[in-house]
Amino acid sequence: MSDIPVRLEGITKSFLGVQVLRGVDLELRAGEVHALMGENGAGKSTLLKVLAGVHKPDTGRVLLDGEEVSFSAPRDAQAAGIAIIHQELNLLPHRTVAENVFLGREPVKRGQVDRRAMEAETRRLLEWLGEDGIAADAEVVRLSVAQRQVVEIVKALSTDAKVLAMDEPTAALADHEVELLYDLVKRLRERGMAILYVSHRMREVFDLSQRITVLKDGAFVTCVETAEITSDQLVRHMVGRSLDALYPDRSSAAGEVRLALKNAGNGRVRDVSLEVRAGEIVGLAGLQGSGRSAIARAVWGVQPFTSGVLELDGKPVRIGNPRTAVRKGIGYVTEDRKGEGLALSQSVRDNALLVRRAALRGSAARKHTDLAELLKSVNVVSRGQHQEVRYLSGGNQQKVVLGKWLAVRPRVLVVDEPTRGIDVGAKQAVYRLLRDLAADGMAILMISSELPELIGMSDRIVVMHEGAVAGELPAGASEEAVMGLATGHGIGEVA
Amino acid sequence: MSVVQEKVPVARRAQPAGGRRFAFTPTVTVYLALAALLVVGSVLVAVDGGVLLDQGGILNILTRSTVLGLVAVGQTMVIVTGSLDLSVAYLIGLCSLVAAETMAGQGSMVFPGVALALAVAAAVGLVNGLVITVLKANAFIATLGVALILRGWLEHNYTGPAGSVPRSFQHLGYDRIGPVPVAALLMLLIAAGAWWYMRRTRPGYHMYAVGGDIEVARLSGVRTSRTIVTAHVLCALMAGLAGVFLASRLGSGAPYVGTDAGYDLESIAAVVLGGAALAGGRGGVVGTLGGVLILATLDTIFDDLAVDPFFKDVVRGVVLIVAVALYARRKLTSGRAS
Repeated sequence: MSDIPVRLEGITKSFLGVQVLRGVDLELRAGEVHALMGENGAGKSTLLKVLAGVHKPDTGRVLLDGEEVSFSAPRDAQAAGIAIIHQELNLLPHRTVAENVFLGREPVKRGQVDRRAMEAETRRLLEWLGEDGIAADAEVVRLSVAQRQVVEIVKALSTDAKVLAMDEPTAALADHEVELLYDLVKRLRERGMAILYVSHRMREVFDLSQRITVLKDGAFVTCVETAEITSDQLVRHMVGRSLDALYPDRSSAAGEVRLALKNAGNGRVRDVSLEVRAGEIVGLAGLQGSGRSAIARAVWGVQPFTSGVLELDGKPVRIGNPRTAVRKGIGYVTEDRKGEGLALSQSVRDNALLVRRAALRGSAARKHTDLAELLKSVNVVSRGQHQEVRYLSGGNQQKVVLGKWLAVRPRVLVVDEPTRGIDVGAKQAVYRLLRDLAADGMAILMISSELPELIGMSDRIVVMHEGAVAGELPAGASEEAVMGLATGHGIGEVA
Repeated sequence: MSVVQEKVPVARRAQPAGGRRFAFTPTVTVYLALAALLVVGSVLVAVDGGVLLDQGGILNILTRSTVLGLVAVGQTMVIVTGSLDLSVAYLIGLCSLVAAETMAGQGSMVFPGVALALAVAAAVGLVNGLVITVLKANAFIATLGVALILRGWLEHNYTGPAGSVPRSFQHLGYDRIGPVPVAALLMLLIAAGAWWYMRRTRPGYHMYAVGGDIEVARLSGVRTSRTIVTAHVLCALMAGLAGVFLASRLGSGAPYVGTDAGYDLESIAAVVLGGAALAGGRGGVVGTLGGVLILATLDTIFDDLAVDPFFKDVVRGVVLIVAVALYARRKLTSGRAS
């Protein structure tokens, strides 16, 4: 086997006349983690799908071990030893771990699927990864997001893949789960696998990769050794300009208390007390499952609080469903943009006006003359108001979600993972927007599992641990202080 | 593939997170409901002065279950695959006619008659599958369209029963062993085959995968179009068998024998009652048979009690809605893992 299991040369691809890839080169070596970076819309996912046999390139060559190949379906790529972990987890929730791992390649013995072999091999791979806490015959729906990620990796390993491509594998993981993934990736690399790693997170790229290929607007920009580049240089390659300070300056003093929780609780959180003032961004930190999203969903009325008091502008209110929340002036930017945030097959316009049409009455609900201005204020780049949002990049989709809330001018805005899966340029735009809204007097509660972002944006940080508030930290707290509280020890040291 | 066989201690297998345990799955629920229905029905009929589960009653339930069972087992396959077949009712009529007219009363033509009827059924299933996969028509509309085409053809060419089956072939419809009709046993045999196919073979696994999430299946290398077409052909074959069986019972073919009994919606009802998700990916033959038996038992109880047919429909409607609402509740409470 040669040292270069995969080489892509001059790949071009266009969809409906839009050029997505313009002559991209990429070379993967055995035993390396190769990061693929670029803003959203730079063509990373498309390139990955060319490698996976999902898309056929218009021109250009795909070489495996020096031989040109042409994939007409995902199964061809799979058979050639290429495994892909796609951005959205690709598992069937109601099938077992083993059934998912061997989907499409079930071993057959005497005319029927050899369950026992399938489960034994799955168990062997799980043990090899040190993940024997996952049962091979468990339904996937019962596993945590991190465990599902492991199942994806097992699925890739079971094909005896030589090449593993991962599209934003950490997007859905909490920090401590990311560490486990790092460990796995390193072990796979040591075993001689070539790993293509797509990520927006600088830290991961610098921690894991040996080389970095940067794409911009579908074109190849550069391929460099990770050790020989700084993150500033990398950002410049990606956006074509250098970003000034990523996080905007904190604004002036906070006003009166807009949202207050007093000993609020439900099945997932207990005894939560916190305040968010007008003009303030309060960060809500915690590990996955610590209850930070549960608070957001309770404030929004999806899974309401069952005990304690929720006050808006000093008055206790009961919020039993999202409609009430909206009418009381609360907005909620969900962490699940595609599932809960947008009607993907509807236009930018319909999405942006969704909340207004649903929540307001009479002429206010029908008003749309300010739409162009609204979309401009959140910086949406689209081919017009009537374009379906599914065709927008993740960053622009997120801006539409923000726009739909701004259309009703909420007084309290809860944002859950506002920059998940969007590129660094769009992130900066979202940060600016949130800060501007706060400066305008909005009270913002922000949840994020990216600590630098949470620390960079928040005026105060409330840290959750196992369903309760573990403590509160001032602006500019260290990552260690937040993690100390979030993991449930070290309150003394960090206070 | 290298499979390392390891002895895993039995005790440890139960421990890892998310392992299997007994639960009130829809399949369990539907049989509990069936048992409850039999008890309540027996009491009601006894109060009325009759016996529900005497030889006649059992015969009645099983006979009713035979045709619906065949159709519903086929329907299970397409629904699990994430599709739907609304053309089965007309297809049943068409196949009964093809069989009876080919046989034309001659014992020697029994085999050609059955074979031709099944070939026609398979062809219709193939058309259904291809319209859905190649023309990318929604399954509901595609099979409704095929149903309309079949209806047009039947209405143009037939005004009533046609053809006749030889006496020898009528044994299929009427022979029984004790209280159990031979045809019901054959139906169970076919259902067992379908169960094995769906739960034990690769194409069967792929049906669940395609119905669960067609994109995941495709990206995992499953031939999704082939899976959908296969499901439709098998479903149509089941409907064809039902048509052949009805021809045997009636002695001739009848264009509307499938639609009069409403086997299209009835079969879907049985599948849903059996716990399958209409969206696909969940469900199975065992649950479906439970659903079929519940519907057949309800009918038999109502017959014994001589209940007004309109009231009968109301009760069936209520049962269906309650069942689906129960399953939906269950999914709500156990669905969100995060």
